[in-house]
Amino acid sequence: MKSTNNTMDRRSFLRISTLASGGIMLSFSWLAGCKFSKKELLAMPKEWFELNSYIKIGENGVTTIYSANPEFGSNVKTSMPMIVAEELDIDWTNVVVEQANFYPKRYDRQFTGGSQGIRRGWTPLRTAGATARQLLIDAAAKTWGVPASEITTSNGTLSHKASGKEGHYGEFASIAATLEIPKKVDLKKVSDFKIIGQSKKNVDGKKIISGQPLFSIDHYQDGMLTAMIVHPPAFGMQLQSFDADTVKGMPGIVDVFEINVFKDDYVRNAFDVAAFPKLVAIVGKSTWEVMQAKKSLQVKWEPISESTFNMKGWGGDASTVKVPSGLESSKDQEAKMKEYSKKVARVLRKDGNPEKAFKNAHTVLERTYTAPFLAHNTMEPMNCFADVKTDSATIYGPSQAPELILNTLASSLGMDKEKIQINLSRMGGGFGRRAYSHHMVEAALISQKAKAPVKLLYSREDDMTDGVYRPNYYVTYRAALDKDKKLLAFHVKGGGVPECPVHENRFPAGAIENYLAEGWEIPSNITIGAFRAPRSNFIAGAEQSFLDELAEVMGKDPVDFRLELFDRAINNPVGTDNDYDAKRYVGVIKLARDKAKWGDTSKSSKRGFAAYFCHNTYVAEVIDLDYSNNEIKVDNITAAVDCGIVVNPDAARNMGEGGITDGVGNALYGQLTFNNGKPDSDNFNNYRMIRHQEAPKNIDVFFVENNEDPTGLGEPLFPPTFAALANAMYKATGKRSYHQPFARS
Amino acid sequence: MANYSLYVNGKTHQVEVDPSTPILWVLRDHLKLVGTKYGCGISQCGACTIHIENTAVRSCQIPVSTIGNQKITTIEGLSEDADHPVQKAWESEDVAQCGYCQTGQIMQAVALLKTNPNPSDEDIASAMNGNLCRCGTYTRIKKAIKTVSKLT
Repeated sequence: MKSTNNTMDRRSFLRISTLASGGIMLSFSWLAGCKFSKKELLAMPKEWFELNSYIKIGENGVTTIYSANPEFGSNVKTSMPMIVAEELDIDWTNVVVEQANFYPKRYDRQFTGGSQGIRRGWTPLRTAGATARQLLIDAAAKTWGVPASEITTSNGTLSHKASGKEGHYGEFASIAATLEIPKKVDLKKVSDFKIIGQSKKNVDGKKIISGQPLFSIDHYQDGMLTAMIVHPPAFGMQLQSFDADTVKGMPGIVDVFEINVFKDDYVRNAFDVAAFPKLVAIVGKSTWEVMQAKKSLQVKWEPISESTFNMKGWGGDASTVKVPSGLESSKDQEAKMKEYSKKVARVLRKDGNPEKAFKNAHTVLERTYTAPFLAHNTMEPMNCFADVKTDSATIYGPSQAPELILNTLASSLGMDKEKIQINLSRMGGGFGRRAYSHHMVEAALISQKAKAPVKLLYSREDDMTDGVYRPNYYVTYRAALDKDKKLLAFHVKGGGVPECPVHENRFPAGAIENYLAEGWEIPSNITIGAFRAPRSNFIAGAEQSFLDELAEVMGKDPVDFRLELFDRAINNPVGTDNDYDAKRYVGVIKLARDKAKWGDTSKSSKRGFAAYFCHNTYVAEVIDLDYSNNEIKVDNITAAVDCGIVVNPDAARNMGEGGITDGVGNALYGQLTFNNGKPDSDNFNNYRMIRHQEAPKNIDVFFVENNEDPTGLGEPLFPPTFAALANAMYKATGKRSYHQPFARS
Repeated sequence: MANYSLYVNGKTHQVEVDPSTPILWVLRDHLKLVGTKYGCGISQCGACTIHIENTAVRSCQIPVSTIGNQKITTIEGLSEDADHPVQKAWESEDVAQCGYCQTGQIMQAVALLKTNPNPSDEDIASAMNGNLCRCGTYTRIKKAIKTVSKLT
């Protein structure tokens, strides 16, 4: 048994009594809007006793576990409560999972993104479960008059062997809720886990398949109005004026007005990304009526001038961000990136003497890789419900990061943070997009001005053309070889509009004597942000494609070549800042190799390999293609993953399958181009996404078995897919793919 | 504005809306049947799939004025307790990730299985091709449909 100090902030363990006086939380239950099954209704207890901010237990033993993090499809709403339930030592079938509202006084981290939910939640969630279990033990000890150390628990029951006393958690919950929180609790041994490691079904599964309201777009209430925004048609433009009279008399239209997302001089935080802070809002009685008005509204736009705003970084220090003027086009950006790639750039890392090695090289292999902007295209478009009154505001919407928008809401509404309650809906996809929650501020401002509860809805066109995109990237790799084709030096130089994708300390840094990494950036007024595995989603594909081609030039098998590099990184690493564990990297490479029977000539010859480490998880993939009549079909994908302990295996496989399918789709088709600042795509008829007919025929996801603390899966399987696919396509067609999307070339 | 009498999930509903209103928005805004989702508004994603009589259609493209007395079925009317064989297969394969597109996928799959109880991989891909899933659950959807076809 592992002992853990109760390092969670005391505020995370607020009792129900404190809560009751705390106000708005308890009076506002979104759960009440959901339909319970008959079984659930029968099981509902008469009274709940809250043991800490994650757990409340009813007198009949039914246990509610709050899921603190917002759910966007990575299944944290099931997997994270499983961790609590494990340490609480309860029967999973007696658990009801409830989405917690945003409540920073109760939860330390209500953020879904960066594949960090499970990793960062692991110890706090276990501690929460173990603490409640100890309180129940202490309550039973007090009631029975026996030492707590002699009481054991199993599946929600407490027993004292010597006296033969036994009872279930519900019987002791009321006393447990009054006891002192233990300072130290014991955590289970991994080998004693009963819930973690067993596949549990999605707790929202039934509600999803029966179409019950789970998403904020599904929220309706009496007196609620519908709102839509009208935003500039192009990046580099802003609102000049509009003629409200063109729509004011239209059926169902209640009001038309301007909103400004940020107060003047507001110091934004790092996720306050909004291309068009000034918008026109149309408010009406029904969606269709507002959509009609949106088409009719006469608006004048004007070009922006170069401007600046202040933004706080992660460290809290504010810096000035410059927004350039101009209407940008993809063709110009491509030319500019080519130009920048030849200029002197920032040196990010240098080992040995790469300049000398390249000078003395017998052969230099140089290849350039590019990728376009991508739109997130969550299936549920941006939307948010807001009910802003004079002295309080209730926001219900899809946000991956409510903590990052609260200050902005408070500033823009001119209201204390304490008066603003954000409730978290299930999200119809996130992929990074909903870490930027200006839709919440827009909804709130519209409600405040309309003096009514309002649901803001983006049309699909709004969603795609008012985005926070994956940047446009460009990278050149060079490798120096001697006359015996031995690798002498490696050079990576990359940049983008407006962000550099190079991770200088990642593989193959540390495995090559002479190494140089450089970066550059081109400013832009097109808004960019996190998109499933930021930067890695491009650089993995480029790096792993280059290594494939390099292995071929060196006359080596691509898997063997990688393993040789890792041998060096394990036995005699270059430098000390290498951002990976070479042994775990080797583990997934060998597992994928063995599971896919790499090297077995009876298997497909049209196969590609790639491995990548990002977001704390190691992945290797083998992709087999079907290629006939000049048509590529993805036949089979074998993935090997090291994410430590796998909390919910079937859900973990599902996440892996999704990441891979998304990777295939974006590698082949994903692309958002611009012409004079205007996105060339605005809906699914002109933005191609992977569909059933292009989906991989079969995907197998295997996990390295170990007892390492778990890491996340939302992102890591996505990046290597681009390269495994490119490398397989080369085997099928004889042509290398350097420029995404591959289906374009 | 005009009055319409709509036969949805076995019940008659009266609504007063503009005749051009797509049935999608009548279902959502007026009848509060929110299982039918808005995804694109131009019949490119299938999130709004419902059945008119026994045919799967994109509700974002059908004005309320054209429905007449035809029978409408939405996901809410597919079964009493999420226990239609296709829903059960979805549950047993634990298909969903974000879950937003899945009601449309299920409605499309139900219509497919009615006309073709034993679809091949190609039949499935072809019939389901209009239903986008941004999370990439296509392989599980295929498995779920095959599970149903094995059961029947």
